Amino acid sequence: MHHFTIPQHPRQAEIAALVRERILILDGAMGTMIQSLGLSEDDYSGKGGCGCAHHSEHPQKGNNDLLTLTQPKAIEDIHFDFAMAGADIVETNTFSSTTIAQADYGLETAVADLNREAVRVARRALDRATDIDGRPRFVAGAVGPTNRTASISPDVNNPGYRAVTFDDLRRAYGEQIRALIEGGADLILIETIFDTLNAKAAIFAAFEAFAERGQRLPVMISGTITDASGRTLSGQTPTAFWHSVAHARPFSIGLNCALGAAAMRPHLAELSAVADTFTCAYPNAGLPNAFGQYDETPEQTAAQIADFAREGLVNLTGGCCGTTPEHIRAIAEAVAPFTPREVSA
Amino acid sequence: MTPLLRLSGLEPFVLSADIPFVNVGERTNVTGSARFRKLITNGDFAAALDVARDQVENGAQIIDVNMDEGLIDSKAAMVEFLNLIASEPDIARVPVMIDSSKWEVIEAGLQCVQGKSVVNSISLKEGEAAFREQAGLCLAYGAAVVVMAFDEQGQADTFARKTEICARAYRILVDEVGFPPQDIIFDPNVFAVATGIDEHNNYGVDFIEATRWIRKNLPHAHVSGGVSNLSFSFRGNEPVREAMHAVFLYHAIAAGMDMGIVNAGQLIVYDQIDPDLRDACEDVVLNRSADATERLLELAQRFRGEGGAQRREKDMSWREWPVDKRIEHALVNGITEFIEADTEEARLAAERPLDVIEGPLMAGMNVVGDLFGAGKMFLPQVVKSARVMKQSVAILLPYMEAEKDGSQKAAGKVLMATVKGDVHDIGKNIVGVVLACNNYQIIDLGVMVPPQKILEIAREENVDAIGLSGLITPSLDEMAHLAAEMEREGFDIPLLIGGATTSKIHTAVKIAPRYSRGAAIHVTDASRAVGVVSQLLSPAQRAPYIDGVRADYAQVAARHHRNESTKSRVPLDRARANAFRIDWSGYSVPAPRFTGARPVEDWDLAEIARYIDWTPFFQTWEMKGMYPRILDDEKQGDAARALFDDAQAMLRRIIDERWFGPRAVVGFWPANAVGDDIRLFTDDSRSTELATLHTLRQQTQKRDGRPNLALADFVAPKGAAPDWVGGFAVTAGPEESGLADKFERANDNYSAIMVKALADRFAEAMAELLHQRVRRNYWGYAPDEVFTPQELIGEPYRGIRPAPGYPAQPDHTEKRTLFDLLDATAQTGVELTESMAMWPGSSVSGIYLGNPDAYYFGVAKIERDQVADYARRKGMSVDEVERWLAPILNYTPRDTDSAAA
Repeated sequence: MHHFTIPQHPRQAEIAALVRERILILDGAMGTMIQSLGLSEDDYSGKGGCGCAHHSEHPQKGNNDLLTLTQPKAIEDIHFDFAMAGADIVETNTFSSTTIAQADYGLETAVADLNREAVRVARRALDRATDIDGRPRFVAGAVGPTNRTASISPDVNNPGYRAVTFDDLRRAYGEQIRALIEGGADLILIETIFDTLNAKAAIFAAFEAFAERGQRLPVMISGTITDASGRTLSGQTPTAFWHSVAHARPFSIGLNCALGAAAMRPHLAELSAVADTFTCAYPNAGLPNAFGQYDETPEQTAAQIADFAREGLVNLTGGCCGTTPEHIRAIAEAVAPFTPREVSA
Repeated sequence: MTPLLRLSGLEPFVLSADIPFVNVGERTNVTGSARFRKLITNGDFAAALDVARDQVENGAQIIDVNMDEGLIDSKAAMVEFLNLIASEPDIARVPVMIDSSKWEVIEAGLQCVQGKSVVNSISLKEGEAAFREQAGLCLAYGAAVVVMAFDEQGQADTFARKTEICARAYRILVDEVGFPPQDIIFDPNVFAVATGIDEHNNYGVDFIEATRWIRKNLPHAHVSGGVSNLSFSFRGNEPVREAMHAVFLYHAIAAGMDMGIVNAGQLIVYDQIDPDLRDACEDVVLNRSADATERLLELAQRFRGEGGAQRREKDMSWREWPVDKRIEHALVNGITEFIEADTEEARLAAERPLDVIEGPLMAGMNVVGDLFGAGKMFLPQVVKSARVMKQSVAILLPYMEAEKDGSQKAAGKVLMATVKGDVHDIGKNIVGVVLACNNYQIIDLGVMVPPQKILEIAREENVDAIGLSGLITPSLDEMAHLAAEMEREGFDIPLLIGGATTSKIHTAVKIAPRYSRGAAIHVTDASRAVGVVSQLLSPAQRAPYIDGVRADYAQVAARHHRNESTKSRVPLDRARANAFRIDWSGYSVPAPRFTGARPVEDWDLAEIARYIDWTPFFQTWEMKGMYPRILDDEKQGDAARALFDDAQAMLRRIIDERWFGPRAVVGFWPANAVGDDIRLFTDDSRSTELATLHTLRQQTQKRDGRPNLALADFVAPKGAAPDWVGGFAVTAGPEESGLADKFERANDNYSAIMVKALADRFAEAMAELLHQRVRRNYWGYAPDEVFTPQELIGEPYRGIRPAPGYPAQPDHTEKRTLFDLLDATAQTGVELTESMAMWPGSSVSGIYLGNPDAYYFGVAKIERDQVADYARRKGMSVDEVERWLAPILNYTPRDTDSAAA
């Protein structure tokens, strides 16, 4: 038995059937939603409220993933709002829940809890929504890029140096993915990839975790193209990026974050032309303004994403930074008339 | 979507139907490019990146990176190089082929590339389990694979084996591992054809037909191969090789080969090949006629013109020649492989075994001698020829004794020895071999031979000449002493003087005058030895030759005395007043990590090897020129490369089989200069003196502004600033002489000399490596220094490591102090002889001075006043100091004849 003969997660067939029927909707931004709550250091660290079992000397304000443990209700409500706005797939609040990213907060030991609980919190929100409208919804365990790059040297004078190795990343991602599976995630979403080698370590770790578990989850892969050259931070073109991760035989390949839907369009078109799997795009609500806020209205974002759908470029879509439940509602409505992109097998 | 091979660097690459053939760049392969190997072993990654860049600029669609070189840490080099490539967008845009025979190197490489690369290679060699595991990992890392047609039984050479193995591998990969078939590239093994061995004739056809079969029966899989193997037997004949490659590719590509490692710059277009040559190549590649190989060989002569090196190594056509010619060929080319059989064949054909020696062997050696004399062969090649000769004679000897054939008539009998107190014998051994090649009988007494023994054996054996060798300066006095003894005992045979410190002047002034009954003659290098000895032993030439040498030496001596008397020296006090002045105010140097001596035990032979400076290695073999330029030298490049290849091969064995046991000791002590001496203290309180290092000062007349240096000038004077001095002794270990003996016994002087030459290089490399560690770590005054081993040869770093007995401190007896301080004999096994030579010979010792202004200089000749002062400081008699410093005295000591005891 080899990797691709490991049995699939029971919900895989259900998702695959749905995605052939219509364009599926992802949720919007967790980060900007949390920002709008105006939480304090005490709120983050859980002092006086929901206590955190994990101790750290570091200030925790800004550690959004920790809110899963210290403000579970607030996170659950955000998930619920997105679900009710029309999201079929909701991402867990685990963008930075790896030992590497949590090292900044001294919370490496909390990683298993953060991921397991994040899936449970999301699951609770989705079950509440499904109880209301009966629509099936799925939890995507979000795997972020970490704050290190495996193929770029942070030291300009020493281009051969690496601040993180493939094995460091493989181990960190492995811990995260195992906990996401334990928590009950339906999919694994490797997202905001700026260095493909980091993503390859995550894929490798997912292969290992699936083999251990004896069950394969659908994997979604999403890169980010942040500059005008049309390449990832680590320098790859969209097609080169696809060739580099195609071995994961992902459920979807796509792009997220970055410079908004308009700037994303040509790169999405390129991926859509070369990839023999579903495509997925969830851009930011435009470019951030001078205050770091996103100005695009739900209608503006939805109109651009409707163009993606009209041109047959996407199978899944949603929003990234700056997108609210209103954006998601508008996007869901805007793409509803269009049939999903056809995938050549 | 069509299952195509899709790879990526920063940009995508798709092996689509409109690409008939993918050319994989092979210049970044240490096994395929001598230049790249050199750059990588020297740690010159910047230039290595340029090689990669050139390849991509010249159109390589994939670059093959291979670091499989015994001398380097292949895994570390792979990681370093791939990481560096990642930072160069103009290189990183193409996919990489990660090429190694070691899985761990491949896996380390896979962890460095963000793109989709190709692994080269995996195979069934270690069985199905390992194959499955490695293939599964390639899949998880997201790489395509080259699969060699290789299984538990070995490499596939026939069509049946190639197809059987590839089919089996394909089924495992596709059905069991889940490998995408379009990501499989089979390499069904390109082997050399036209080798003269009939079984090889069909190798080209086997490959081409296996390719056709694979493409037809194993859907979506690709076929690749290393084309240059095919023409291996025509090495050196580039026009023929290129034609063979073009013809082969033409047919293999038509059969479906769609990838290959080819030197694109050296590929000729099929249609542009000379029709005769193309036809002959086609006959060979396609095995179309029984005499295809012979025909191509004949034609090859016509096409070799374009400057290539001589075709030899694997061209077996000479095996068809008559036995006399075969023996000559083996001698000239240094091939021992067949000499046993050929000698036996010649012996059976000859009336007496002696006829073989006097016939084909001597004839062959005459050719060697002529080529050597004409500058068309070089010393290492001659030594290889001698090895063939020796092995042949060893086969004949038992028969000659059985038949009481009488001994062959040697041209003469020469006794060779390295003098008492000296251990260096590489040069002496080379001279012995060269003379033996010219039919002289050599009696080699080895090293550290007392004069009585030399004279005793000379008399017993009734030798025709004595050759003395020495490397260190006290040996000069030993030679002078032996000359006087020969005079006293009534000898009149020629005395030959050779070795690194000897000179015509010294021989003329100090040795020849003591041996008026005979002649003492300086021989500058081994290539001159034959000429000198043959003239000395020829009844007709002897007298005029000796007269000529005597006249020459008289003139040299006279000129020397004249020069010496005009070379005035400044008095010692004036020299001291003109000492090198360093501004010590504000000077500070970190304290070393420890005080006292410590052994250094973590030696890695492979690491040491990276620090070897090869230029002196070539000098040992009397090949003059800088490494690596010498390898491409128009005249001696071929010989230099062959020598270097042999050295590399032995180096690999030295490392892999741990032939040497390197040892070292290093020490540091608080120190301050007091006058021309350096005082060492037991600890940082500097209250108790431990020892004194004495130094000598230049007394030459200096131009204004130029100081009269002594090493003590580079150490802070007492009271000026705290300072330290270090010391070290390193040795490659005592194993070299045992290894050399073993080779000697196997009639292989070439390897015997080689192992000693390499042991010397190891010791020097250890000294360089240890000095770097001292600067970065043990003393630590330059913790951030980042010179590559190659750069270190130019000594760009801060501080020096002068050795007693060398120009900056010519007094060998300072080694005693140094050895006591380091407890060097106990720590490293290195002993000092009565002449202060270090045994084993491959050893180096010296002191460390860390001042940034310190540099190497020569003390040159010194005067009576300094000798008297130095004797007082050292607590030695003036006579004794004069004896040790004889080579640098600017005057003739009172008692000229008590040169040595």
